[in-house]
Amino acid sequence: MKRVVAYRPPYPGTQPNHLHPPYVSSIKRAPTKPQVPIPYTLSEVTGPSFGPEIVDPKASDLTRGHAGEPLGERIIVSGRVLDEDSRPLANTLVEIWQANAAGRYLHAVDQHEAPLDPNFTGCGQAVTDAEGRYRFVTIRPGEYPWRNHYNAWRPAHIHFSLFGPAFAARLVTQMYFPGDPLIPFDPIFNSTADEKARNRLISAFDWETTLPEHALGYRFDLILRGRQATPMEE
Amino acid sequence: MGLRATASQTVGPYFKIGLEWLNCDNLAGEGVSGERVTIQGRVFDGDGVPVRDAILEIWQANAHGKYAHPEDTQDKPLEPGFKGYGRVPTTALGGFRFATIKPGPVPGPEGGEQAPHLLVSVFMRGVLRRMVTRIYFPDDPRNAADFILNLVEPARRSTLIAKKSGGDPGTLEWNVILQGTDETVFFDLGL
Repeated sequence: MKRVVAYRPPYPGTQPNHLHPPYVSSIKRAPTKPQVPIPYTLSEVTGPSFGPEIVDPKASDLTRGHAGEPLGERIIVSGRVLDEDSRPLANTLVEIWQANAAGRYLHAVDQHEAPLDPNFTGCGQAVTDAEGRYRFVTIRPGEYPWRNHYNAWRPAHIHFSLFGPAFAARLVTQMYFPGDPLIPFDPIFNSTADEKARNRLISAFDWETTLPEHALGYRFDLILRGRQATPMEE
Repeated sequence: MGLRATASQTVGPYFKIGLEWLNCDNLAGEGVSGERVTIQGRVFDGDGVPVRDAILEIWQANAHGKYAHPEDTQDKPLEPGFKGYGRVPTTALGGFRFATIKPGPVPGPEGGEQAPHLLVSVFMRGVLRRMVTRIYFPDDPRNAADFILNLVEPARRSTLIAKKSGGDPGTLEWNVILQGTDETVFFDLGL
């Protein structure tokens, strides 16, 4: 083994801090001691890889697999997974989960007084193609209340989890919908200081992927960290 | 300049819906070589309350010190069926447990070898970007010279080293303590 090429640190303000007091759950859970900077080693530039065979092709359609159709507005969420140098990341596992159209998750902890939908689980997976593309068919999730502060409501969102090419490139995030009036009030959305970086979490309405008579399209590209230009000596 | 990495967001409290299908608490199936270990522990918040909605992900090399990844070009054997991946949510008591093999040493900075270790990502409600730490093995003489461990102030190194647990030599204990005197060391990889 000769050289390890590190991954790039984030641009200032483009990632949330661990402690973001308006998001109350972060107060008792964010580390209080400084994180210890370490050089990249082979351990961090490698990572779990999953081939396309791990995912059932039907798993990208969240409206199927039940006795009937889920309630709600059918949508298509698609986009590309790229690195910071605009290179498409093929064979990237994308996992999503979300609330149903009424704003209720199929989860024992969610006690929101909104109905469950027997035809919706809210879980999907896809693996990106050679151009880094993924595509899900789902329903638009509902907004829902939470207990962070008085009259707190989460904007509609879909959770995304991506492995990327290395342990260092792992990403978990949330996608929002354009025009949602709750977005400016959401402490989780607002945890990223940089306004442009925040706004990149909002998907774009997309005519190109909208299917006539069937479903609106939303586009959401995901960017995983790029590599440093110069290798570190090992 | 090019693009900027997408901002991280919390997994929230409902990650089980989307992540459970790929849970893995037994990393090394039958026939995988290496010393078998079970690692168990709990996750505690700043009030010492067990965190019941955390999820840990593990990444490790095989017993030869080889990662199942194309960027590991070492001339060491891969183990068929061993991916080095684990994903373990905490229980209602904040506990977790997984079975694996002790990895071999992998190359470290400055030409040396690193002591055997696992990489751990920690996700939970309240954590806006994942936290990264490591698990080292007790009584391993290579720990003393490990480059990464030596970057940590001596008093805090013990948070990274699993402890022997009870009578079973194959069971180790390692906890994640989010805040306070015994706070687990988390690493800055610029994540």
